[in-house]
Amino acid sequence: MELGVKLASIFFSMILVNNYVLVKFLGICPFLGVSKKLDSAVGMSCAVIFVMVLATLVTFPIQIFLLDANDLGYLQTIVFILIIAVLVQLIEIILKKYMPPLYNSLGVYLPLITTNCCVLGVTVLNVDNYAADVVKYGFGFAYAESLICAAGAGFGFMLAMVLFSGVRKRVEAANCPECFKGLPITLVSASITSLSFMGFGGIIENIFGV
Amino acid sequence: MAENKSKLSIVTNGLLKENPTLRLVLGTCPTLAVTTAVSNALGMGAAATVVLICSNFVISALRKVIPDKVHLPCYITIIATFVTLVQMIVKAYAPALDTALGVYLPLIVVNCIILGRAEMFACKNNVVDSALDGLGMGLGFTLALTLMATVREILGSGTWLGIQIIPKSIPNFTLMTSAPGGFFTFGCLMALVVWFETKTNNKIDRKAGCCAEKGE
Repeated sequence: MELGVKLASIFFSMILVNNYVLVKFLGICPFLGVSKKLDSAVGMSCAVIFVMVLATLVTFPIQIFLLDANDLGYLQTIVFILIIAVLVQLIEIILKKYMPPLYNSLGVYLPLITTNCCVLGVTVLNVDNYAADVVKYGFGFAYAESLICAAGAGFGFMLAMVLFSGVRKRVEAANCPECFKGLPITLVSASITSLSFMGFGGIIENIFGV
Repeated sequence: MAENKSKLSIVTNGLLKENPTLRLVLGTCPTLAVTTAVSNALGMGAAATVVLICSNFVISALRKVIPDKVHLPCYITIIATFVTLVQMIVKAYAPALDTALGVYLPLIVVNCIILGRAEMFACKNNVVDSALDGLGMGLGFTLALTLMATVREILGSGTWLGIQIIPKSIPNFTLMTSAPGGFFTFGCLMALVVWFETKTNNKIDRKAGCCAEKGE
Protein backbone atom coordinates (compact mmCIF):
# COMPACT_ATOMS: atom_id res chain seq x y z
CA MET A 1 0.00 0.00 0.00
CA GLU A 2 2.71 2.40 1.05
CA LEU A 3 4.70 1.51 -2.03
CA GLY A 4 1.63 2.05 -4.19
CA VAL A 5 1.22 5.55 -2.76
CA LYS A 6 4.88 6.20 -3.49
CA LEU A 7 4.43 5.18 -7.13
CA ALA A 8 1.33 7.37 -7.50
CA SER A 9 3.12 10.34 -5.96
CA ILE A 10 6.02 9.89 -8.41
CA PHE A 11 3.61 9.80 -11.33
CA PHE A 12 1.73 12.96 -10.39
CA SER A 13 4.77 14.91 -9.28
CA MET A 14 6.41 14.21 -12.65
CA ILE A 15 3.35 15.64 -14.41
CA LEU A 16 2.68 18.70 -12.28
CA VAL A 17 5.60 19.66 -10.04
CA ASN A 18 8.66 18.41 -11.93
CA ASN A 19 7.21 18.94 -15.38
CA TYR A 20 10.06 18.18 -17.77
CA VAL A 21 9.40 20.97 -20.22
CA LEU A 22 8.26 23.82 -18.04
CA VAL A 23 10.28 23.23 -14.88
CA LYS A 24 13.31 21.15 -15.84
CA PHE A 25 13.88 22.52 -19.35
CA LEU A 26 14.16 19.18 -21.11
CA GLY A 27 12.71 18.93 -24.60
CA ILE A 28 12.41 22.65 -25.32
CA CYS A 29 13.08 22.17 -29.04
CA PRO A 30 9.91 20.17 -29.79
CA PHE A 31 8.03 22.33 -27.29
CA LEU A 32 8.79 25.44 -29.34
CA GLY A 33 8.95 23.79 -32.74
CA VAL A 34 5.98 21.43 -32.89
CA SER A 35 3.42 23.12 -30.63
CA LYS A 36 1.85 25.33 -33.29
CA LYS A 37 -1.00 22.94 -34.08
CA LEU A 38 -2.93 20.86 -31.58
CA ASP A 39 -2.87 17.62 -33.58
CA SER A 40 0.87 17.73 -34.20
CA ALA A 41 1.42 18.54 -30.53
CA VAL A 42 -0.60 15.47 -29.52
CA GLY A 43 1.12 13.26 -32.11
CA MET A 44 4.58 14.31 -30.99
CA SER A 45 3.70 13.81 -27.32
CA CYS A 46 2.35 10.31 -27.94
CA ALA A 47 5.58 9.41 -29.71
CA VAL A 48 7.59 10.85 -26.82
CA ILE A 49 5.63 8.90 -24.16
CA PHE A 50 6.06 5.72 -26.17
CA VAL A 51 9.81 6.13 -26.68
CA MET A 52 10.49 7.35 -23.12
CA VAL A 53 8.84 4.31 -21.52
CA LEU A 54 10.47 1.87 -23.95
CA ALA A 55 13.90 3.51 -23.53
CA THR A 56 13.63 3.23 -19.73
CA LEU A 57 12.42 -0.36 -20.08
CA VAL A 58 15.65 -1.20 -21.89
CA THR A 59 18.27 1.11 -20.36
CA PHE A 60 17.49 0.63 -16.64
CA PRO A 61 18.24 -3.13 -16.53
CA ILE A 62 21.26 -2.59 -18.78
CA GLN A 63 22.67 -0.02 -16.37
CA ILE A 64 22.07 -2.22 -13.30
CA PHE A 65 23.01 -5.65 -14.63
CA LEU A 66 25.55 -4.82 -17.31
CA LEU A 67 27.29 -1.50 -16.64
CA ASP A 68 27.20 -1.27 -12.84
CA ALA A 69 27.84 -4.98 -12.38
CA ASN A 70 31.01 -4.74 -14.46
CA ASP A 71 32.17 -1.32 -13.23
CA LEU A 72 31.49 0.30 -16.58
CA GLY A 73 29.30 3.14 -15.29
CA TYR A 74 31.29 5.73 -17.20
CA LEU A 75 30.04 4.27 -20.50
CA GLN A 76 26.48 5.35 -19.59
CA THR A 77 26.17 8.32 -21.97
CA ILE A 78 27.51 6.54 -25.02
CA VAL A 79 25.56 3.32 -24.41
CA PHE A 80 22.27 5.10 -23.69
CA ILE A 81 22.34 7.36 -26.73
CA LEU A 82 23.12 4.44 -29.02
CA ILE A 83 20.33 2.35 -27.45
CA ILE A 84 17.89 5.20 -27.96
CA ALA A 85 18.99 5.69 -31.58
CA VAL A 86 18.62 1.97 -32.33
CA LEU A 87 15.31 1.76 -30.47
CA VAL A 88 13.81 4.65 -32.40
CA GLN A 89 14.86 3.10 -35.72
CA LEU A 90 13.44 -0.26 -34.62
CA ILE A 91 10.11 1.24 -33.56
CA GLU A 92 9.91 3.04 -36.88
CA ILE A 93 10.48 -0.17 -38.86
CA ILE A 94 8.03 -2.21 -36.77
CA LEU A 95 5.29 0.43 -36.95
CA LYS A 96 5.76 0.80 -40.69
CA LYS A 97 5.38 -2.93 -41.23
CA TYR A 98 2.66 -3.89 -38.77
CA MET A 99 0.73 -0.77 -37.84
CA PRO A 100 0.63 1.57 -40.82
CA PRO A 101 -2.13 3.82 -39.43
CA LEU A 102 -0.14 4.47 -36.25
CA TYR A 103 2.99 4.96 -38.35
CA ASN A 104 1.25 7.57 -40.45
CA SER A 105 0.30 9.59 -37.39
CA LEU A 106 3.50 9.19 -35.34
CA GLY A 107 6.07 8.39 -38.02
CA VAL A 108 7.15 11.94 -38.85
CA TYR A 109 7.98 12.67 -35.23
CA LEU A 110 10.04 9.57 -34.54
CA PRO A 111 13.34 10.65 -36.19
CA LEU A 112 13.18 13.90 -34.19
CA ILE A 113 13.11 11.97 -30.94
CA THR A 114 16.61 10.48 -31.18
CA THR A 115 18.23 13.80 -30.44
CA ASN A 116 15.49 14.93 -28.07
CA CYS A 117 17.04 15.66 -24.72
CA CYS A 118 14.00 14.56 -22.70
CA VAL A 119 14.44 10.92 -23.71
CA LEU A 120 18.14 10.72 -22.82
CA GLY A 121 17.39 12.94 -19.83
CA VAL A 122 14.71 10.64 -18.41
CA THR A 123 16.89 7.55 -18.75
CA VAL A 124 19.89 9.21 -17.08
CA LEU A 125 17.80 10.78 -14.31
CA ASN A 126 16.05 7.47 -13.61
CA VAL A 127 19.38 5.81 -13.03
CA ASP A 128 20.52 8.73 -10.85
CA ASN A 129 17.35 8.69 -8.76
CA TYR A 130 16.32 5.06 -8.51
CA ALA A 131 19.50 2.97 -8.80
CA ALA A 132 19.94 3.30 -5.02
CA ASP A 133 16.44 1.85 -4.49
CA VAL A 134 17.52 -1.45 -6.03
CA VAL A 135 19.36 -2.28 -2.80
CA LYS A 136 16.64 -0.83 -0.58
CA TYR A 137 13.45 -2.23 -2.12
CA GLY A 138 14.72 -4.79 -4.63
CA PHE A 139 15.06 -4.50 -8.39
CA GLY A 140 11.38 -5.01 -9.15
CA PHE A 141 10.21 -1.94 -7.28
CA ALA A 142 13.04 0.30 -8.50
CA TYR A 143 12.23 -0.80 -12.04
CA ALA A 144 8.54 0.00 -11.50
CA GLU A 145 9.49 3.41 -10.08
CA SER A 146 11.61 4.31 -13.07
CA LEU A 147 8.94 3.15 -15.53
CA ILE A 148 6.23 5.14 -13.73
CA CYS A 149 8.56 8.13 -13.69
CA ALA A 150 9.14 7.84 -17.45
CA ALA A 151 5.41 7.57 -18.11
CA GLY A 152 4.71 10.54 -15.83
CA ALA A 153 7.37 12.60 -17.56
CA GLY A 154 5.83 11.70 -20.92
CA PHE A 155 2.32 12.69 -19.83
CA GLY A 156 3.72 15.89 -18.33
CA PHE A 157 5.29 16.64 -21.70
CA MET A 158 1.92 16.05 -23.34
CA LEU A 159 0.10 18.31 -20.89
CA ALA A 160 2.60 21.12 -21.48
CA MET A 161 2.45 20.71 -25.26
CA VAL A 162 -1.36 20.66 -25.40
CA LEU A 163 -1.76 23.61 -23.03
CA PHE A 164 0.86 25.60 -24.86
CA SER A 165 -0.57 24.95 -28.32
CA GLY A 166 -3.74 26.61 -27.04
CA VAL A 167 -1.81 29.56 -25.64
CA ARG A 168 0.10 29.87 -28.86
CA LYS A 169 -3.01 30.13 -31.01
CA ARG A 170 -3.97 33.26 -29.06
CA VAL A 171 -0.44 34.67 -29.11
CA GLU A 172 -0.16 34.35 -32.91
CA ALA A 173 -3.15 36.65 -33.31
CA ALA A 174 -2.03 39.13 -30.67
CA ASN A 175 -0.70 42.51 -31.63
CA CYS A 176 2.71 42.76 -29.98
CA PRO A 177 5.73 45.02 -30.63
CA GLU A 178 7.51 44.27 -33.90
CA CYS A 179 10.72 42.97 -32.32
CA PHE A 180 8.81 40.53 -30.11
CA LYS A 181 6.99 38.88 -33.04
CA GLY A 182 7.63 35.17 -33.51
CA LEU A 183 9.89 33.37 -31.09
CA PRO A 184 10.48 36.07 -28.44
CA ILE A 185 6.80 36.45 -27.58
CA THR A 186 6.44 32.66 -27.66
CA LEU A 187 9.19 32.42 -25.04
CA VAL A 188 7.59 35.08 -22.88
CA SER A 189 4.24 33.27 -23.00
CA ALA A 190 6.06 30.01 -22.16
CA SER A 191 7.37 31.85 -19.13
CA ILE A 192 3.83 32.68 -18.01
CA THR A 193 2.68 29.08 -18.61
CA SER A 194 5.64 27.91 -16.55
CA LEU A 195 4.70 30.39 -13.83
CA SER A 196 1.26 28.80 -13.60
CA PHE A 197 2.90 25.41 -13.02
CA MET A 198 4.84 26.83 -10.08
CA GLY A 199 1.49 27.02 -8.30
CA PHE A 200 1.51 23.21 -8.04
CA GLY A 201 4.54 23.30 -5.73
CA GLY A 202 3.84 21.36 -2.54
CA ILE A 203 0.59 19.85 -3.82
CA ILE A 204 2.01 16.30 -3.96
CA GLU A 205 3.27 16.39 -0.38
CA ASN A 206 -0.12 17.52 0.82
CA ILE A 207 -2.16 14.99 -1.12
CA PHE A 208 -0.03 11.89 -0.65
CA GLY A 209 1.62 12.82 2.62
CA VAL A 210 5.13 11.85 1.53
CA MET B 1 47.02 37.91 -45.29
CA ALA B 2 43.77 37.18 -47.07
CA GLU B 3 44.04 33.62 -45.81
CA ASN B 4 44.39 34.80 -42.23
CA LYS B 5 41.40 37.04 -42.56
CA SER B 6 39.14 34.24 -43.75
CA LYS B 7 40.27 32.02 -40.88
CA LEU B 8 39.43 34.81 -38.46
CA SER B 9 36.06 35.28 -40.10
CA ILE B 10 35.21 31.62 -39.47
CA VAL B 11 35.68 32.22 -35.76
CA THR B 12 33.80 35.53 -35.61
CA ASN B 13 30.98 34.06 -37.72
CA GLY B 14 29.96 31.83 -34.82
CA LEU B 15 30.36 34.63 -32.34
CA LEU B 16 27.96 37.14 -33.91
CA LYS B 17 26.61 36.52 -37.39
CA GLU B 18 25.56 32.93 -36.77
CA ASN B 19 25.39 32.98 -33.00
CA PRO B 20 24.05 29.49 -32.26
CA THR B 21 21.70 30.46 -29.44
CA LEU B 22 20.40 33.89 -30.32
CA ARG B 23 20.32 33.69 -34.12
CA LEU B 24 20.17 30.03 -35.08
CA VAL B 25 18.13 29.14 -31.93
CA LEU B 26 19.94 25.87 -31.28
CA GLY B 27 20.68 24.31 -27.92
CA THR B 28 17.81 25.97 -26.10
CA CYS B 29 17.59 23.42 -23.27
CA PRO B 30 21.01 24.07 -21.68
CA THR B 31 20.60 27.79 -22.39
CA LEU B 32 17.54 27.93 -20.20
CA ALA B 33 18.62 25.39 -17.62
CA VAL B 34 22.16 26.28 -16.58
CA THR B 35 22.02 30.09 -16.74
CA THR B 36 20.98 30.58 -13.12
CA ALA B 37 24.56 31.56 -12.25
CA VAL B 38 27.41 32.99 -14.32
CA SER B 39 29.86 30.33 -13.13
CA ASN B 40 27.56 27.54 -14.39
CA ALA B 41 27.15 29.31 -17.72
CA LEU B 42 30.91 29.62 -18.18
CA GLY B 43 31.42 25.99 -17.20
CA MET B 44 28.73 24.76 -19.57
CA GLY B 45 30.10 26.98 -22.35
CA ALA B 46 33.63 25.68 -21.85
CA ALA B 47 32.50 22.05 -21.80
CA ALA B 48 30.41 22.49 -24.95
CA THR B 49 33.27 24.36 -26.69
CA VAL B 50 35.74 21.55 -26.02
CA VAL B 51 33.28 18.97 -27.33
CA LEU B 52 32.49 21.13 -30.38
CA ILE B 53 36.14 21.64 -31.35
CA CYS B 54 37.07 17.97 -30.87
CA SER B 55 34.02 16.51 -32.57
CA ASN B 56 34.23 18.96 -35.49
CA PHE B 57 37.91 18.09 -35.88
CA VAL B 58 37.38 14.32 -35.89
CA ILE B 59 34.23 14.36 -38.02
CA SER B 60 35.95 16.56 -40.58
CA ALA B 61 39.01 14.28 -40.63
CA LEU B 62 36.77 11.25 -41.20
CA ARG B 63 34.33 12.92 -43.60
CA LYS B 64 35.51 10.88 -46.61
CA VAL B 65 35.56 7.59 -44.67
CA ILE B 66 32.11 7.70 -43.04
CA PRO B 67 29.48 6.26 -45.41
CA ASP B 68 26.60 8.61 -46.03
CA LYS B 69 23.95 6.07 -45.00
CA VAL B 70 25.19 5.68 -41.44
CA HIS B 71 26.61 9.16 -40.90
CA LEU B 72 24.24 10.05 -38.05
CA PRO B 73 25.05 7.09 -35.78
CA CYS B 74 28.76 7.67 -36.49
CA TYR B 75 28.51 11.37 -35.57
CA ILE B 76 26.56 10.58 -32.40
CA THR B 77 29.15 8.00 -31.33
CA ILE B 78 32.02 10.45 -31.90
CA ILE B 79 30.21 13.21 -30.00
CA ALA B 80 29.25 10.87 -27.15
CA THR B 81 32.88 9.79 -26.79
CA PHE B 82 34.05 13.36 -26.32
CA VAL B 83 31.17 14.15 -23.97
CA THR B 84 32.15 11.16 -21.83
CA LEU B 85 35.76 12.40 -21.75
CA VAL B 86 34.69 15.91 -20.73
CA GLN B 87 32.35 14.43 -18.13
CA MET B 88 35.21 12.44 -16.57
CA ILE B 89 37.53 15.48 -16.56
CA VAL B 90 34.89 17.71 -14.94
CA LYS B 91 34.07 15.03 -12.36
CA ALA B 92 37.75 14.71 -11.46
CA TYR B 93 38.84 18.36 -11.41
CA ALA B 94 35.68 20.41 -10.85
CA PRO B 95 33.24 18.30 -8.80
CA ALA B 96 31.26 21.42 -7.78
CA LEU B 97 30.57 22.21 -11.43
CA ASP B 98 29.56 18.58 -12.00
CA THR B 99 26.92 18.84 -9.26
CA ALA B 100 25.72 22.23 -10.54
CA LEU B 101 25.31 21.10 -14.15
CA GLY B 102 23.94 17.67 -13.17
CA VAL B 103 22.14 15.89 -15.96
CA TYR B 104 22.86 18.67 -18.46
CA LEU B 105 26.50 17.61 -18.73
CA PRO B 106 25.77 14.21 -20.34
CA LEU B 107 23.00 15.94 -22.29
CA ILE B 108 25.62 17.84 -24.33
CA VAL B 109 25.39 14.74 -26.56
CA VAL B 110 21.95 15.76 -27.73
CA ASN B 111 22.73 19.48 -27.89
CA CYS B 112 21.65 20.35 -31.42
CA ILE B 113 24.49 22.88 -31.87
CA ILE B 114 27.05 20.09 -31.99
CA LEU B 115 25.19 17.75 -34.32
CA GLY B 116 24.06 20.77 -36.33
CA ARG B 117 27.61 22.03 -36.91
CA ALA B 118 28.74 18.51 -37.83
CA GLU B 119 26.02 18.37 -40.48
CA MET B 120 26.29 21.95 -41.69
CA PHE B 121 30.03 22.57 -41.53
CA ALA B 122 32.39 19.78 -40.50
CA CYS B 123 31.27 17.29 -43.13
CA LYS B 124 32.02 19.75 -45.94
CA ASN B 125 35.16 21.59 -44.81
CA ASN B 126 38.77 20.78 -44.00
CA VAL B 127 40.08 19.92 -40.58
CA VAL B 128 41.51 23.31 -39.56
CA ASP B 129 38.45 25.27 -40.69
CA SER B 130 36.14 22.86 -38.88
CA ALA B 131 38.06 23.12 -35.62
CA LEU B 132 37.98 26.93 -35.93
CA ASP B 133 34.25 26.81 -36.62
CA GLY B 134 33.86 24.71 -33.48
CA LEU B 135 35.81 27.30 -31.53
CA GLY B 136 33.71 30.18 -32.89
CA MET B 137 30.42 28.41 -32.27
CA GLY B 138 31.53 27.42 -28.79
CA LEU B 139 32.52 30.98 -27.94
CA GLY B 140 29.23 32.28 -29.35
CA PHE B 141 27.33 29.78 -27.21
CA THR B 142 29.36 30.79 -24.14
CA LEU B 143 28.75 34.47 -24.87
CA ALA B 144 25.00 34.01 -25.09
CA LEU B 145 24.91 31.85 -21.95
CA THR B 146 26.98 34.38 -20.02
CA LEU B 147 24.75 37.27 -21.11
CA MET B 148 21.66 35.43 -19.96
CA ALA B 149 23.27 34.31 -16.71
CA THR B 150 24.41 37.87 -16.00
CA VAL B 151 20.86 39.15 -16.15
CA ARG B 152 19.44 36.25 -14.17
CA GLU B 153 22.11 36.12 -11.48
CA ILE B 154 22.18 39.87 -10.82
CA LEU B 155 18.40 40.13 -10.61
CA GLY B 156 17.80 36.76 -8.97
CA SER B 157 20.58 36.52 -6.41
CA GLY B 158 22.08 40.01 -6.43
CA THR B 159 25.51 38.69 -7.34
CA TRP B 160 27.72 38.35 -10.41
CA LEU B 161 30.11 35.40 -10.43
CA GLY B 162 29.65 35.29 -6.68
CA ILE B 163 30.45 39.00 -6.14
CA GLN B 164 27.70 40.98 -4.40
CA ILE B 165 26.38 43.61 -6.84
CA ILE B 166 23.02 44.60 -5.41
CA PRO B 167 23.18 45.41 -1.68
CA LYS B 168 21.87 42.66 0.57
CA SER B 169 19.26 45.03 2.05
CA ILE B 170 17.33 44.94 -1.23
CA PRO B 171 15.32 41.69 -1.51
CA ASN B 172 16.19 39.49 -4.47
CA PHE B 173 13.84 38.94 -7.38
CA THR B 174 14.16 35.16 -6.93
CA LEU B 175 11.73 34.38 -9.72
CA MET B 176 14.53 35.15 -12.18
CA THR B 177 16.57 32.14 -11.10
CA SER B 178 13.60 29.77 -11.37
CA ALA B 179 12.07 28.33 -14.51
CA PRO B 180 9.74 31.19 -15.62
CA GLY B 181 12.60 33.68 -15.30
CA GLY B 182 14.65 31.60 -17.73
CA PHE B 183 12.00 31.70 -20.45
CA PHE B 184 11.36 35.38 -19.82
CA THR B 185 15.02 36.45 -19.98
CA PHE B 186 15.62 34.39 -23.10
CA GLY B 187 12.56 35.92 -24.79
CA CYS B 188 13.57 39.47 -23.90
CA LEU B 189 17.19 38.95 -24.93
CA MET B 190 16.09 37.55 -28.26
CA ALA B 191 13.71 40.48 -28.76
CA LEU B 192 16.63 42.83 -28.11
CA VAL B 193 18.73 41.07 -30.73
CA VAL B 194 15.84 41.25 -33.22
CA TRP B 195 15.50 44.97 -32.48
CA PHE B 196 19.20 45.46 -33.28
CA GLU B 197 18.76 43.45 -36.46
CA THR B 198 15.90 45.62 -37.66
CA LYS B 199 17.99 48.74 -36.93
CA THR B 200 20.88 47.40 -38.99
CA ASN B 201 18.65 45.81 -41.64
CA ASN B 202 19.76 42.21 -41.47
CA LYS B 203 16.80 40.56 -39.88
CA ILE B 204 16.64 36.79 -40.27
CA ASP B 205 13.75 34.38 -40.09
CA ARG B 206 14.01 32.43 -36.84
CA LYS B 207 12.78 28.89 -36.47
CA ALA B 208 12.84 27.01 -33.22
CA GLY B 209 15.98 24.98 -33.52
CA CYS B 210 16.47 21.45 -34.65
CA CYS B 211 12.83 20.50 -34.89
CA ALA B 212 11.64 23.29 -37.10
CA GLU B 213 12.57 21.99 -40.51
CA LYS B 214 10.95 18.58 -40.05
CA GLY B 215 8.31 19.23 -37.43
CA GLU B 216 5.95 21.54 -39.24
